[in-house]
Amino acid sequence: MRNIAGGVLRWLPLLLLAAAWEAAPRLGLVSPSLLPPFSRALAAFWQLARDGDLFLNAAQSLWRLAAGLALAVVGGIGLGALMAWYRPVDIVAAPLVRSLYPMPKSALIPVLLLWFGLGDASKIALIFLGCLLPVLMSTYNGVRGVEITLIWSARSLGRSPLAVLFGIALPAAMPDILAGLRTALALSFVLLVSSEFLMAKDGLGYLISFLGDGGAYPAMFATVLAVALLGFAADRAFLLLTRRMLAWRG
Amino acid sequence: MSGAAQIVFEGVGHSYVPPRGRRVQALLDISLQIAHGEFMALLGPSGCGKSTLLYLLGGFVRLTQGAILVDGRPVSGPGPDRGVVFQSFALFPWKTVRQNIRYGLERLGLPRAEQEERAQHFIDMVHLTGFENSYPSQLSGGMRQRVAIARTLAVRPAILLMDEPFGALDAQTREIMHEELLAIMRAQRMTTLFVTHDVREAVYLADRVAVMSARPGRIKEVVPIALGERTGPEVMKSPAFADYVEQLWNLVKTEAAQAVAGSR
Repeated sequence: MRNIAGGVLRWLPLLLLAAAWEAAPRLGLVSPSLLPPFSRALAAFWQLARDGDLFLNAAQSLWRLAAGLALAVVGGIGLGALMAWYRPVDIVAAPLVRSLYPMPKSALIPVLLLWFGLGDASKIALIFLGCLLPVLMSTYNGVRGVEITLIWSARSLGRSPLAVLFGIALPAAMPDILAGLRTALALSFVLLVSSEFLMAKDGLGYLISFLGDGGAYPAMFATVLAVALLGFAADRAFLLLTRRMLAWRG
Repeated sequence: MSGAAQIVFEGVGHSYVPPRGRRVQALLDISLQIAHGEFMALLGPSGCGKSTLLYLLGGFVRLTQGAILVDGRPVSGPGPDRGVVFQSFALFPWKTVRQNIRYGLERLGLPRAEQEERAQHFIDMVHLTGFENSYPSQLSGGMRQRVAIARTLAVRPAILLMDEPFGALDAQTREIMHEELLAIMRAQRMTTLFVTHDVREAVYLADRVAVMSARPGRIKEVVPIALGERTGPEVMKSPAFADYVEQLWNLVKTEAAQAVAGSR
């Protein structure tokens, strides 16, 4: 009983938001052309799903997201770990990282459009560049923060520095690394959609701007809804993964 | 304990520059020899650099002044010949008890079955049978330190370095751990350097106690302890034990007072 009540409570704010979305245009509080009622957005969602537009564009977007993120994760964890472990790497890379970190990566959109065109590569490159540094920084800080006696113990058990980096330091830094990955995941959606607004011929971001330009507002809101759902689902899935990976924390 | 010295400190010093401030001389001109199979306690007030001396012998901190020889060879970095047990246990928290103990065995090139067998032997030795698949977070402090001891002993180091290993445990657990350590030592004698600030612990466990002065840390005196074979905590009630404790306490007391005054 309590579980059911808890479930209702958790979803109640969302239900209220949907109800307000439905009521506001119907009661004339906002113009229905600016905000079509929720039910019409849902109907448009259904229509888009049935036509296949939603899935084709979502698949295209998700592929870009996955490719960009995968590159950022591999590059960010690898470089961050090496920077934290080897002083010469740190000395060379730290000034670059520190100066590039605060730069808004969306400023690169025109540059990447020029270099890579309208295809997948420009979006993948943007997501990679945007997500690289958050992953790198969290890995760097995580590895730097590993309790030194863990490292010393592993070394005195006969392991080489590189073996200790991969076998001990990175797993010990995993809570920090996963926190950075979660930030990167959220950021990747931002970069994906905004780059697809500006430089794409398909994808969910492109679909939103295309539908908006064409005045198909219920369908536009439906696509926005789809992006929100995908982002939410990705975050939930990531939290589940985190919980499994950190089960040892007990 | 007689026999050739296995560990030799020769004029060892250590200084460092804190993030803001002037160079601090932590250790000064330390010369000390530890014989094969000898249990040496390093006793001193907090901040006297006794842990630093252990880290230098462990090869964790780079030696800049003097020399440290193990079996005649200078120390250059950590190695499996010198096993370490830390006050903070330093277990790998994402590994189970068995995985922690196997970590050091995996690189020895033993067949898998033999690794398992040896891991189990040491798990049994520290009375953790039945907890093989527990994570460190599920164990008490005493149990965690037993895992750390088993992990270190499993690679069969010739030398055991213990940095206030029982300092984080409650008094009762600490006494139990003393008995277990003595039992392990009876079965498998290792040259041991045991850092502590607990006078009674030093007297109870050690063959000799090296007392360090307040910063800069120096060896003030080395006191041999002749209580015979430790057969149990009854020894602590003997007059000889009380005499040793008083003698060492007097040596440490003045240093502790200085250390407190110095930190003001």
